[in-house]
Amino acid sequence: MGMTMTEHILARASGQARVQPGDLVVCRVDRAVLLDLNFGALFGEKRIRRLADPRRVAIVLDHSVPAPTVADAENHRRARAFAAEFGIRHFYDVGAHGICHQVIAEQGLALPGQLLACGDSHTCGAGAFNCAARGMGAEMLAIVCTGQTWFRVGPTVQYVLHGQLRERVAAKDVFLHIAGTYGEHANTNVEFTGPGLATLSVMQRHTIATMCAEISADFALFPADEMLEAYLAGRASEPYEPVHSDPDARFAEVRHIDLSALEPLVALPHTVVHNVRRLAELRDVTIHQAFIGSCANGKLEDLAAAARLIAGRRVAPGVRFIVTPGSQEIYKQALRAGYIETLVEAGAVVTNSTCGACPGLHMGVLGPGERCITSSTRNFQGRMGSPEAEIFLASSESVTAAAITGRLTDPRDL
Amino acid sequence: MRYRGRVWTFGDNINTDLMMPQVAFRLPLEEQVKYVFRANRPGWVEQVREGDILVAGRNFGTGSSRPAARLLRHLGITCVVAESLNGLFFRNCVNFALAPVQCPGVRSAFTEGDTAEVDLVAGTVTNLRTGACLQGEPLPELLRQIIAAGGLIPLLQQQGYLE
Ligand code: SF4
Repeated sequence: MGMTMTEHILARASGQARVQPGDLVVCRVDRAVLLDLNFGALFGEKRIRRLADPRRVAIVLDHSVPAPTVADAENHRRARAFAAEFGIRHFYDVGAHGICHQVIAEQGLALPGQLLACGDSHTCGAGAFNCAARGMGAEMLAIVCTGQTWFRVGPTVQYVLHGQLRERVAAKDVFLHIAGTYGEHANTNVEFTGPGLATLSVMQRHTIATMCAEISADFALFPADEMLEAYLAGRASEPYEPVHSDPDARFAEVRHIDLSALEPLVALPHTVVHNVRRLAELRDVTIHQAFIGSCANGKLEDLAAAARLIAGRRVAPGVRFIVTPGSQEIYKQALRAGYIETLVEAGAVVTNSTCGACPGLHMGVLGPGERCITSSTRNFQGRMGSPEAEIFLASSESVTAAAITGRLTDPRDL
Repeated sequence: MRYRGRVWTFGDNINTDLMMPQVAFRLPLEEQVKYVFRANRPGWVEQVREGDILVAGRNFGTGSSRPAARLLRHLGITCVVAESLNGLFFRNCVNFALAPVQCPGVRSAFTEGDTAEVDLVAGTVTNLRTGACLQGEPLPELLRQIIAAGGLIPLLQQQGYLE
């Protein structure tokens, strides 16, 4: 019996010829990424004596950058001290910062065939690079100390993509279709394949893989193809060896998606799981805030789409339109392309690149009774501030459309 | 390894933001625990006591990597038994010595206030009121060792990695 991409990587990393669902494996971790929040509760209280391999560790300050509170400033100080003490070369301090998953992508830190761990739940996004990437909590401590961690090998669901997305239908809609139709995938891996893949850019794949955290997938992998090779050329931090799923790999289920049949979708407040509607059905929902950003949708493509839609129009009265580039790199590119000027002219607020409003930490926190449409990752109750706020989750195109009209809007209607 | 305790029941898809909302992030541990389940079960933290057990539905602990399991353990919860547990939350349970057990059928087998007995080696969950005994997943030895050591941090201390 053959293996899936995920199984291949877990077998390789655990030094075994093969693994199968149900196995508990101890794996060598190729890359461990820490972020500012990790230096609070975790790394703040205990002093580490030695690291397995400082070259395999990266640190990105991202959630609260520059520090909005004294506690954050303290986390940043500890992160800097840690980087200096252990000689961490991959250290992305304020100025070179961005949301960790975006920085991981840009710096070529997640590579095909590798195993990556990071102290944030949306780490699975690096699956777009044919990398088995997993969000971790406290065991980031153990991983940087020992260089290893354990995994339970889960079954894998395969999604076969066909066709091509139509105009103003986004990668986010592919994910919302999956979450709305199939619900959560706890303790299960997700893999993508099919002829439709070639029509999705690497960053669109990254959006989909990142969002798989919301359906509780363990790993979310895309195959390595020419498009990925081209993305990694000149970017990869070291040589790599991709994995492919075997023709006789065993999948728990195989599901087909026709990209051409998808429409702009929206998740209603509090969860994406079985809670998704067509935007065309929800025309009377007014909003107070529209947010574009996060590790899923703070990409150059998102800012470009928003700028294209809003050029020559204006943000609706009474709406706050907040746009947060996913990294300094994206910020710079968007500046050069003129997107930022277009957005600001139209009445948007373009912020510094950070997690910001996505986890409700700063720069766009919601008050009680407020309604927000966001292209970020998560719409849990209270996620972006008050538990009495409502969060609708959609693509950046759909968020921009709502910012212009002041209500949920199918972006194809503009 | 066995646990016996009073049961609190929870539904499906209970997420980490409910256990540890971001308002708690920057507070000391003693303050953080006051926010556990404040949005969905206000007042619960005052009633819970050492040795209690949570029985929940599907995908318990969905959400972020925040150390929510640590807060539950700090409140006295020793064991979480659920129809299914979110993979990342499962890891955090092990790391903070909160025993996690996945056990299909458990949610309907318990009413709040029942007493549960959980055997990690056998993977069994028994309702001492009704006598019903369910077969869940046994916890592999490697993970039981982490729990027995009191979690990951004490283990790394024992191994000389941490002060
Ligand atoms: S942008 Fe949001 S989802 Fe992504 S890492 Fe930051 S807080 Fe997490």
